[in-house]
Amino acid sequence: MFKILKYSFYDLMRSSWSYVYFLFYLALGFVLLFLNNDVSKAVITLMNVIVVLTPLIGTIFGVMYYYNSREFTELLLAQPLKRSTIFIGQYLGVALSLSLSLIIGLGIPFLAYGLLQSNAIFNFTSLLLVGAFLTFIFVALAFNIALSHENKIKGFGYAILVWLFLAVIYDGLFLISLVMLQEYPLDKFSLIATMFNPIDLSRILVLLKLDISALLGYTGAVFQKFFGTNAGMLISFFVLLLWVILPALRIIYISKRKDF
Amino acid sequence: MIKIKNLHKKFGKVEVLKGLDLSIHSNTSSGGIVAVLGPNGSGKTTLIKSILGMVIPDKGEIKLQDKNILKKHQYRNNINYLPQIANFPSNLSVKELIKMVKDLRPKPTTDNNLIDLFGLLPFLDKKLGNLSGGTKQKVNILLTFMFDSELIILDEPTTGLDPISLLNLKKIILEEKQKGKTILITSHIMSFVEEMADEIVFLLDGKIYFKGTLVEIKQSTNQKDLEHAIAAILTTTNSKFN
Amino acid sequence: MFKAALTFLLFNSIILTSYSQSIDVCKACDVKTLTDAIAKSKPHNKIIIHKGTYYESDITIDKPLHIIGKNNPIIDGENKSYILIVKSDSVTVSGLTIKNPGQSYTKDYAAVLISQSNNFKFENNSLENVFFGYLLEKSHQGIITANKVSSNAVNQSSSGNGIHLWNCSNITISDNEVFNLRDGIYLEFVKESKILNNQSYNNMRYGLHFMFSNNNEYHNNTFKNNGAGVAVMFSKFIKMTGNTFTENWGTASYGLLLKEIYDAEIENNTFKENTIGINVEGSTRINYTKNNFISNGWSVKIAGACYTNNFKQNNFLNNSFDISYNSKMHDNKFNNNYWSSYTGYDLDKNGIGDVPYRPVKLFSYIVNKTPETIVLLRSLFVDIINFSEKVSPVFTPDELEDINPLMSPVLND
Repeated sequence: MFKILKYSFYDLMRSSWSYVYFLFYLALGFVLLFLNNDVSKAVITLMNVIVVLTPLIGTIFGVMYYYNSREFTELLLAQPLKRSTIFIGQYLGVALSLSLSLIIGLGIPFLAYGLLQSNAIFNFTSLLLVGAFLTFIFVALAFNIALSHENKIKGFGYAILVWLFLAVIYDGLFLISLVMLQEYPLDKFSLIATMFNPIDLSRILVLLKLDISALLGYTGAVFQKFFGTNAGMLISFFVLLLWVILPALRIIYISKRKDF
Repeated sequence: MIKIKNLHKKFGKVEVLKGLDLSIHSNTSSGGIVAVLGPNGSGKTTLIKSILGMVIPDKGEIKLQDKNILKKHQYRNNINYLPQIANFPSNLSVKELIKMVKDLRPKPTTDNNLIDLFGLLPFLDKKLGNLSGGTKQKVNILLTFMFDSELIILDEPTTGLDPISLLNLKKIILEEKQKGKTILITSHIMSFVEEMADEIVFLLDGKIYFKGTLVEIKQSTNQKDLEHAIAAILTTTNSKFN
Repeated sequence: MFKAALTFLLFNSIILTSYSQSIDVCKACDVKTLTDAIAKSKPHNKIIIHKGTYYESDITIDKPLHIIGKNNPIIDGENKSYILIVKSDSVTVSGLTIKNPGQSYTKDYAAVLISQSNNFKFENNSLENVFFGYLLEKSHQGIITANKVSSNAVNQSSSGNGIHLWNCSNITISDNEVFNLRDGIYLEFVKESKILNNQSYNNMRYGLHFMFSNNNEYHNNTFKNNGAGVAVMFSKFIKMTGNTFTENWGTASYGLLLKEIYDAEIENNTFKENTIGINVEGSTRINYTKNNFISNGWSVKIAGACYTNNFKQNNFLNNSFDISYNSKMHDNKFNNNYWSSYTGYDLDKNGIGDVPYRPVKLFSYIVNKTPETIVLLRSLFVDIINFSEKVSPVFTPDELEDINPLMSPVLND
């Protein structure tokens, strides 16, 4: 698996797309810091960007990589390798190179602007961690979609749809249902609904750092327990991890049954 | 060498293999070249891919040297496969690709001879994405033949090759045969098949329609070359179905 | 013989008291308790208490005295009753550790009770494990400075206040540290008093609490991690400057609560990381100038009838919500503030944004109605609906805007 990972990673690290992605984040970091000149404020703006954009890029990249490397995959399939090795290797290669572009691309400008001297460093690192998590999750989802659809156009379509749903539509439905059901106790419902969307979950993780003051303003005991203690942080991380592991397991499952 | 029993495979509603039985024996001393022929959609590629484990059959069994190979992967160390379309990770160089494949298959290789033979030396440091189709096919051939394996599967090996390389390819195939290897070839170029093959397996409608030597197929159809023999088979079966 | 001896003794003692005017209290001294020392003292005497622990309570000071602790003597009330009771003018007490007064649901036992006394000064004392710390009633012109008052309050009903003033005037409370109490400092019917440079933290209810107290001021205090920072209720003419309100977290928790307040000045304060920076209810004619609101849940929450409030030159930095309104009624002015979430531009480069800033977001309106929606804070969908509300206000007061938002933060001194 590590061999496949290594070569997929090498391949991607040299592809111009990784550079575009890397340069995009580099530019974004510098522009944000230049405009705000305040690390804390830039971190907040960045959060909005990361929570929406890393899933989008992860999805598109994952699908694209899968379809583009089909023949290469066939070459690998003819080698004495397990299928799970091949696909998990490729998956990790893509997710890792994207995460690295993100971390280095944003890391450089923030380090240059004195992140280490600022108290935003924890917010920033948790932001990068969340970004990496989202990349791993959405590349896995993209691989799932691509593995189930031979048709490229369909695959791309579904991938974008999944992103759109999780990034915008889900929250819309979520908000509407909360407002409609406001007579009922909703804190458990709202926390559980958050768990089912990795984008919301990551957002909550960042909110725990940035907006804890506001989150603690709510009366519900479940909320208090979730946001007021480390429980929220731990549970969120655990569920995010599940969001990585389950789609990855499904990659193995589908790949074992698929004809090439 | 290869023993296939009652192989079934459906893609959606289309039944591609309908209980295919096939056994290919090679006398280890001289080896043998087997051409798998058949019209489009007859199940050639599905058969080959089933042997390689790329397609998972619905039913049946495949044995290589008396060992069941379904759901295994280690046996592929003993198969060299030349895929139809050669496309590699475009950001790796030829050298790196060769290194990688060697890395994935730890067994002795003869890559240097083949690099010389196909004149790939100047391309070693080039990225695969920048190579022409023909050169890619040469790299593809190189990757296939650099290992010493009992079974060699070639899917349309002549695609995109210049005449000299084609000659070289034929030479290598014959050499491998001399070494006692079993070589499975699919091709649409009948002259190539006629020149190379010892045995013909003709697939039709998901089953073996004919299996025998070149001479036998020509005799049974009363044709003097392979191309016409195949055409004759197809027309008779068509009239039978109509 | 007997007469001669008596005369000698009397003579001696007169010489002694009038000569030094000072009484030493220690375990090995003639005078072993403070109570005894006070009984033996004359007005304006000095009583010096030396190192040691003295188990005494209900020590009544009924004449002007200067009580000085040397090497940190401890007076332990053994949880019985009041410890020091001051009933005279011109008393000073310094350098004592006074601990364990009584605790009661019916009586306000305090470590130090100052009742109907004027011109006192309490300095450098440490009041520990108290029910009430300093309890002042009907007293005037006094100073309480550099004391440390603490307890271990667990719930509001069984704990008291650190420095509690009732019906007092012209008191200065400065440089004290009050923590783990119900209210750090409590003022009821107090006039013309000053609260300066105190640290009030980890208190159950409020760091500082005003009720019906007019014409007071408090400056440069820090209120940290209290149930709520400061509550100012039913009071007029209060000046609040240079204070820091931080980490007042929790349900209905705020840096500053203003309830039925008129004519107050709130200037140069910092509100940082509070659930609500300022919670305003029914308050009128208040000027908010040059304050910093940093990383609060809500910077300012306005409820009920609030008229003619002026927000000028404040910095609103990285708050989850800037302003929250619960009605469409609006008679308050926002002008020349800096808002970190302002996204407008300044084409004429005069330092003032060319488009007004609307500090009330649709989402804050939604969160007011359905608090659980807070989990959707900063999501893309919420940004989209906020944007559409910004373009055409339907739910939020549409004239509520800062017409001249600043492009860079106000530098506060």
